[in-house]
Order: sequence, then structure tokens, then C-alpha cells
Amino acid sequence: MRARDTDWDGVRLHVVTGKGGTGKTTVAAALALALASGGRKVLLVEVEGRQGIAQVFDLPPLPYEERKIAIAPGGGDVYALAIDPEEAMLEYLEMFYGMRRAGKALTKMGVVDFATTIAPGFRDVLVTGKTSEAVRRKDKTGRRIYDAVVLDAPPTGRVARFLNVTNEVAGLARVGPIKNHADLVNGVVASPETAVHFVTLLEEMPVQETLDGIGELREAGLPPGGIFTNMVRESLLPASVLDVAAKGRFDAAELALGLKAAGLAEGGADATAVAEALAEEIAEHAHRTRLERRERRSLDTSGRPRYELPLLADGVDLAGLYELAESIHAQGAA
Amino acid sequence: MSERERSARHRTVPVLDLDAIIDDPGTRIVVCCGSGGVGKTTTAAALGLRAAERGRSAVVLTVDPARRLAQSMGLTELDNTPRPVAGVKGEGRLHAMMLDMKRTFDEIIEAHADPERARQILTNPFYQSLSSSFSGTQEYMAMEKLGQLRRSGDWDLIIVDTPPSRSALDFLDAPERLGRFLDGRLIRLLMAPAKAGGRSAFKLLNAGFGIVAGALTKLLGAQVLKDLQTFVSALDAVFGGFRARAEQTYKLLQAPGTAFVVVAAPERDAMREASYFVERLAEERMPLAGLVVNRVHRAPAAVLSAARSTAAAEDLEARGEHELTSAVLRLHAGRMQLAAREHREQEHFVSAHPTVPVAQVPAMSEDVHDLEGLRRVGELLAAQ
Repeated sequence: MRARDTDWDGVRLHVVTGKGGTGKTTVAAALALALASGGRKVLLVEVEGRQGIAQVFDLPPLPYEERKIAIAPGGGDVYALAIDPEEAMLEYLEMFYGMRRAGKALTKMGVVDFATTIAPGFRDVLVTGKTSEAVRRKDKTGRRIYDAVVLDAPPTGRVARFLNVTNEVAGLARVGPIKNHADLVNGVVASPETAVHFVTLLEEMPVQETLDGIGELREAGLPPGGIFTNMVRESLLPASVLDVAAKGRFDAAELALGLKAAGLAEGGADATAVAEALAEEIAEHAHRTRLERRERRSLDTSGRPRYELPLLADGVDLAGLYELAESIHAQGAA
Repeated sequence: MSERERSARHRTVPVLDLDAIIDDPGTRIVVCCGSGGVGKTTTAAALGLRAAERGRSAVVLTVDPARRLAQSMGLTELDNTPRPVAGVKGEGRLHAMMLDMKRTFDEIIEAHADPERARQILTNPFYQSLSSSFSGTQEYMAMEKLGQLRRSGDWDLIIVDTPPSRSALDFLDAPERLGRFLDGRLIRLLMAPAKAGGRSAFKLLNAGFGIVAGALTKLLGAQVLKDLQTFVSALDAVFGGFRARAEQTYKLLQAPGTAFVVVAAPERDAMREASYFVERLAEERMPLAGLVVNRVHRAPAAVLSAARSTAAAEDLEARGEHELTSAVLRLHAGRMQLAAREHREQEHFVSAHPTVPVAQVPAMSEDVHDLEGLRRVGELLAAQ
């Protein structure tokens, strides 16, 4: 495979995390599209049973099966897989022990329910294990089946724990098959082939969580990737106007003249009222812009590459997803 | 739908009167639930402060508050005990606490077991994993703590924030799941060797269990299975009725003194989750108070539509005049578009659940840092 000139050449597993409400699944989907563009094959994986991929791509719920869901710009393929921990466990039993039947019995006894929902360590090993398997899978000629795998991971607060599987099962299984499996997963996740990307908004709480999350990853010896700032609203006003507006000294009279010139006011009083309401909007906008600048500076302290994705005025639909993918590509993230 | 029908329907959306709920002495528990990142904890804290300042003796149980929010209530550490919040105005009082799920679990064990048995359980690796895990245990312990606070009788209003689950429904399902597991067939099977006085379990049991035990040994390793057995038998001796506790919690949540407030943001995922939650609450016959939609964007100059605004901006740009005005108009058009989209997302909910009362809270540019900020959110919640 010929390497492209992107910030993440050589990365095979892109883990995407973010605080709830930041658009993590949307960014993961757009990243998968961007990575697939130009004739590549990318697998997009979700692990939390939310059917988020199906919703983003406007598809019926996905089964536990890799299937093609989208064609990337320039002719690549995006496949998707919604990992169901129970199914993953049965598959694991069958693959390593030929125990499909015992698996059924385990399901009936509630063991599978237990292992996959109550003990999160096992659940995480199963789903990261399945993902790692997809990353490593090769065809007959020894070529990797997927050029890249994008994992829509649990939220920022849980991601280090989720990926640090060896540690998670250490208390439960010091030796034995689960431990071996966890070590195998760790070999993929903690390698330079993996990057953990963060999705954030330019707001205080998600930015703080992003910085905390990056710190936790570093502590766990896991590789932090880039920061995707989502839903960025472009500012159309010059800095000088914003400065004035932030101080609440925006000149509504001039605006009223402009409104009249644009034919938006029949009577004089009307234009003034609208201009004042607009001035209020500008002041808020200026205030927010200033806070956003502060959050950008905070994010820069992490030293991670940053990418900004626009707020889609009409919400995320398929066209919007391709627009985000294009933006990701143009910024060199894929 | 015509414009007239649309606006007629708008007028009929019932308004959520939160003051009426928190002022009603019959309201003993308010549960704030919804998907992650919609401002659930802030809503819970603001309601608690408002209730206290309107004379209630309230306690806010938060599960995983952001640091700044916790600080705004004077909470500096996770210590599992309600702490008085300083600076509350008026006759009422407010306490706040952060849930420490491991400690809550430990306390259940310590309260029900003799010291030796408690030690056995607390040091068991299986217990340590279960009690500090995020999946299920947190939800269960939040409900357990809620029950404790209610039984203590120290407060006349408890406001509880639900855990940041992957889905809002987890919080209803997890306690039941944990209860079912701890009380289930598997556990009874695992306990069989202990009850048989340490003799080989497998001789005593049917072939089905033989397969299961074999599989478990392969999957988990013999040591894990042994740890699990020890844990389960120790736990069983402590209290057999995990499921009974889960059922008690359910009853508490169904009681008339409970009010569920579903929290959402005007975005597709959050509104969808809110819909699911409302349906689920109805199924479980749990009392829904209404929906709070946080972070609603409004435009003060709403008289000027997005279309007119854009057209005027284009006109000015074409003429090369009033550059500033055209930029302002474009900005306004963007804001109107956003407001329209948010309105559409809410509309889906409203058409599916026309009788659910709704309260909207405008988007704020800054997070809450102090009590004054919480007070402001409380005012916005009440001003519908």
C-alpha cells in the first residue's frame, strides 16, 4: 500500500472518543469515509449497542456482521460492524475452543449476560479483541483486509479504562486464556499502529475532559491521536468589531442605516428595534467567540494536532457527512 | 401541515411548571434522567438549589459531576456523605453529595456481614472488580443510595442525577440485571460446592452444569472460577435478596411522591433518547413530570427570518455597501437556521408525545461555576 501524505500514515486503528453530545459517532463516520477515499477499504466499528452508525448513515439497524454501507469519494468502501458483546463471546468460544454448544448453555445460565454486562473488563476485552482481530486480519496473500479500522469508542471518561484491557482484567485473571487474549489486544492498541482521537466542542467541559483524557491515555501508555473540534461556527465579523461588541459598545445606529439600505425597514422605529436586537445577538456572539478562543488555547497546550469541523446548519445527513469527510481530508487528518 | 395548524399546535404543548413540582410537599423524589452531555447534573443541582431557596429541605445526589459544577456546590471530594451547601438563601437548606459507588457497595457488605465474612468479600478480586466497575454497579448503587437517603428521613426532597450511561435506559435496567444475576441460577449453581461441604461440585450436578463449568474454566481460568465461587457463597450468606432490593427501588420510583424529569438538548440523538425514555417510563408506570430541553438557541431579532436576512445580505454584498450590516445579517441567518433546526428536532418529540409538559432553557455561553450560576439556571428553568 502506498502511503498517503497525512498526519496519521501508518496508523491502522483509529479510535474515536469524545464526551457525550460532541458528535463522536458522526466524526468517526466522517473519518472512515475520508480514510476510505481514493479506493481504500475501511471498517467502521461500534461497540456500545446504540446503533449509532445506522442512524448516521440512515440505515436499518446493523447486524453483528461486517457489511458494506457506503462508498467513499473517489471509490473506496466503508464497511460497518456493530459489535454485540454476547455474539463476540460466543464467536470467541467457538473460534478458540470449538464450543458453540457450550456457548448456548452459557447463555441460558446467564453467564454470557454476566460476563458481557456485569463485568466490564470481560466485555471490553471481547469488543476490543474483535476490533484488533479485524485490524490484523489478512487475506491469502498476506495483505491486510482493511487499510484502516475506525472504532467509535466509549466516551472520554471511560476510554482509557476501555482500552487498557490488560490492566482491566489483571485483577480478575492473572493467567489463563482471558489474560492471553488481553495481552494480544494490548499488542495492537498500545502500538504505533493505533491513534486515539478526541472529539470536542469549544466549550469548557468537553475541552477539560479532552485534556484529562489525553493525560489518562499517556499515563496508561496508550497513544493519543488528534483533536477534532466539532460544530465550529465560523465568525464573519472582523476582530475589531467583535472587540467593540464584547464590551457592549456596538453601534446599533450604523446597523439601522444598513438595514434601511437593504430594504429591511419600512419605518424608522422598526429598523432601530431590529438593529438593537441584532446588536444583542452580536454581543453574545462576541462573548462566545472570546470564550472559544480561550478553549482553543487550552487545547493547544496538549500539543496534539487539531482539526476543526464546521457546524452543519441543517444537521447531520448523508450529504453533511461527506462534507465533513472532505474537511477531514483537506486538513490532512486522512 | 399549514402554518396556522402548526402554530395552533404549538400553543397546546403543555408547559412544565417546575416550581409547582418542587413546591409541592408531596414531591419527595425528583429523578433527572437523559442521555450524556445534555446538562442533567446541572439541571439536578439547579433544581435542588431552587427548591431549598423556596423553603424545602433538599439533598442533591450527583453521580459524576464535572469538577467545576461540584465546586459550585462546595463539593471538593467524593466522600459519599451529604454535605451542607453554604450560601443558600432563605429558610430552606441544601445538602449535596457525590456518589462513591465502591464505598456504597462496601457499606452494604459491612452493614450486613460479620467482620470476618465482610473481610472475605471485600478482599475478593471478583468483588473488587464488580464494585469498581462502571457497568451496572453505578446505576445499582445510585438507586441504593437513593433508598438510603429516603429511609433516613433527613430531607423532604431528594433530587437525583442519573449515571452517565451509554443509554438513558441503562439506569432502569441495570439494577434489575445485577439483581437477577446475583440472585440467579448461575449463582446457585456456583454455590453448590460450598453447600455440599467442599466436595466436588461436578459429581453432584447434572451434565448441563458440567459443560458450563468446563467452559467457564477454559474461558476464565480455574482461579477466576474459584474466586467467583468464594465471592458468591460469601455474598449469599450476607443477604439473599439482591433482587428484592432492586424491586424495592422500583416501587420507590413508581410511588406518587416521585417525579421524573427527562433532560435533553435540542439535537436528534438526545431527543430520540428522551422519547424512548418517556415511553419506557410509561410502560413501567413511573411518574413523568415532563421534559427539560437545555441549550436552546434563540434569536432576539427573530422577527427577521433567515431567508429575508440572507437575501438582504446578498443584496448589500452585490452593491458593495454596508459590509458590517451584511456580515451581521449572515450571522443572524445562521442563528435563525440553527433555531429552526432545533425546533424541528423538538417537534418530533412533541408530535409523538403531545401531552408531555416541556420546559426550555436557553443556551448559555459559559458553564456554571458558582451558586449564582446555578441560581440563574434555576430561574431559567422556572421562567417558562
